[in-house]
Amino acid sequence: MTERTRIPLHRDPKVRAILVQVLAAVVVGYGFYSLFQTTVDNLVARGIQTGTSFFDEVAPFQIGFTPFFDYTLGQSKYIDVFFVGIQNTILVAVLGIIAATLLGFFIGVIRLSPNWLVSRGALVYIEVFRNVPLLLQIMFWNFAIFLPTLPAPKNSIAMGAFYLNARGFHTPLPVIENTTGVAIWIALLTVLGIGLLMFARRAKVLFEETGQRLPVLWISLAVLIIGGYIFYLVSGSPLSFDEPVLGRFNFKGGGQLPLPLFSLWFALTLYTSAFIAENVRAGIQSVSHGQTEAAYALGLSRKNTVNLVTIPQALRVIIPPTISQYLNLTKNSSLAVAVGYEELVAVWAGITLNQTGQALVIIGMTVAVYECLSLLTSFVLNWYNKRIQLTER
Amino acid sequence: MTTDTHMASAELGDTIIKIDELNKWYGQFHVLKDINLDVKRGERIVICGPSGSGKSTLIRCINRLETHQEGSIVVDGIELTEDTKHINDIRREVGMVFQHFNLFPHLTVLENCTLAPIWVRKSPKREAEDIAMRYLERVKIPEQANKYPGQLSGGQQQRVAIARSLCMNPRVMLFDEPTSALDPEMIAEVLDVMVGLAEDGMTMLCVTHEMGFARKVANRVIFMDGGQIVEQNQPEEFFNNPQNDRTQLFLSQILQH
Ligand SMILES: Nc1ncnc2c1ncn2[C@@H]1O[C@H](COP(=O)(O)OP(=O)(O)O)[C@@H](O)[C@H]1O
Ligand SMILES: [Mg+2]
Repeated sequence: MTERTRIPLHRDPKVRAILVQVLAAVVVGYGFYSLFQTTVDNLVARGIQTGTSFFDEVAPFQIGFTPFFDYTLGQSKYIDVFFVGIQNTILVAVLGIIAATLLGFFIGVIRLSPNWLVSRGALVYIEVFRNVPLLLQIMFWNFAIFLPTLPAPKNSIAMGAFYLNARGFHTPLPVIENTTGVAIWIALLTVLGIGLLMFARRAKVLFEETGQRLPVLWISLAVLIIGGYIFYLVSGSPLSFDEPVLGRFNFKGGGQLPLPLFSLWFALTLYTSAFIAENVRAGIQSVSHGQTEAAYALGLSRKNTVNLVTIPQALRVIIPPTISQYLNLTKNSSLAVAVGYEELVAVWAGITLNQTGQALVIIGMTVAVYECLSLLTSFVLNWYNKRIQLTER
Repeated sequence: MTTDTHMASAELGDTIIKIDELNKWYGQFHVLKDINLDVKRGERIVICGPSGSGKSTLIRCINRLETHQEGSIVVDGIELTEDTKHINDIRREVGMVFQHFNLFPHLTVLENCTLAPIWVRKSPKREAEDIAMRYLERVKIPEQANKYPGQLSGGQQQRVAIARSLCMNPRVMLFDEPTSALDPEMIAEVLDVMVGLAEDGMTMLCVTHEMGFARKVANRVIFMDGGQIVEQNQPEEFFNNPQNDRTQLFLSQILQH
């Protein structure tokens, strides 16, 4: 026995596996090291010392769209550009994910409509938006549709204090006039919120004990809007509104959603929704016909059957591939360079890199940001996925 | 019950299902031909016949899982038409048990049983759960109430499916080959439950080839072939003295083993 278990080392699969992996690691490691060294040497040859000292230098360019961030030309530093870029990337990704999810579900559901025209329409939508390259779609909406059709600022389409023109969408912005008033208002709103939560719990108990269902959502919404407004008046109307005013070239004041953001968001939404629609269709079709028949046989209405039987089961199939679509959308937002939306790749890996030449640091940080966003998204959605998967078995 | 192994068939009530001149086609294929069938309250009917003869289609027409093109079906005084209100009214009074159970895998056994009472009958949740537990006891699996269907054996799942239907307190129960997807050792536990239901006077239409069950509980056995009702009779007569050649052939085939 012991004789037979003695294998020459070079034929032992375990030893060989370890050996091969060590060898591979050494080769790859050396490859990276020499690449890194060459880049550093080349940068040095061009007079660029790789490092982070440029973070504190003042960035000599303006960024037009910095909604959550104070950015001033001549004061803000390169590192501020980095954060503005991240914030703009996240903004378009979040807006895109919300819209693509809603639209994707809608298209996916009508794709299965018994109405031939409707389901064919959905099919065409899916095929077109999935198959045309995204960069082309972004440019199409921005340069072929929105820019030529929207009016110049002085002919803006006005909707109350909101204005739409070829530069973008202009909105009034609330300005805090009276800090204590706002604090009182928020406190009152919090009390209202807690009250509504308690009401919702009472309604649930009532439903379980008597079967009587209250329209909790509508009641809460009405109370929140009316109560919120009354409390606003009670706390002394502590806000004022900074309205956009037409200047010489464009609107000044208020908030602005620039056209590139809108075009990018629009294209990302359509493109991603086509993929999500396919996931939704596949998910719904994965629920066997026997399930809906059983629900119908029990007397459940179509609506209840869809909501209580089909969708909960379909979601388990829909969510995993939809996670990767969210990640794709986030990464695809870097195509904004084409229309000049100021997200991370455009302002940081683009302009800043050109001006400072700090390729290693800048690309490294950009990669790290996308990596973090990806990990964060997968983490949140995997957690959710696990929660609904668990109910199966 | 009676001293006889066969249950009494005296105390039948009024007509609960009335099928007149029913015809149905799948495209060109004439699947049900001139079906006439009256079912009395409390009656227990077993439907048998070769595969593809239209047995499933017939009972699925009764709760409108299939639509028919000609003839009429009246259930408990309501005629089945396009009217979705009538369809839903009938479906809540007619329970159905499928060959492949069709339990909802994302809901626990208890939730499977309370789903329809809560959403269709608008029962309070507590009450629906109490009733569900009673029926789960009746099918002898109250201890599985909080498990998911995937954790149960086939026989247990089918008993849950029966309990789930009973929770709606139906006037009629339809069974479509409830034991044919089960391993032999589980068939008895499901048939036991069905015999119990029959003893309690439930009106039942049951597609099955379990002839022992038919002999024991049926008031009437119906033989279908090629979309037609070929022969119907009381079980004794049906099994001992079949009139039609096709019935004889069929019986000889299934009774052989
Ligand atoms: N949805 C359908 N479309 C077309 N043909 C069908 C459909 N369902 C059943 N059939 C056909 O109708 C006939 C009767 O089917 P079925 O009622 O399921 O028979 P059974 O239950 O007696 O085996 C079979 O020949 C079957 O192939
Ligand atoms: Mg069948």
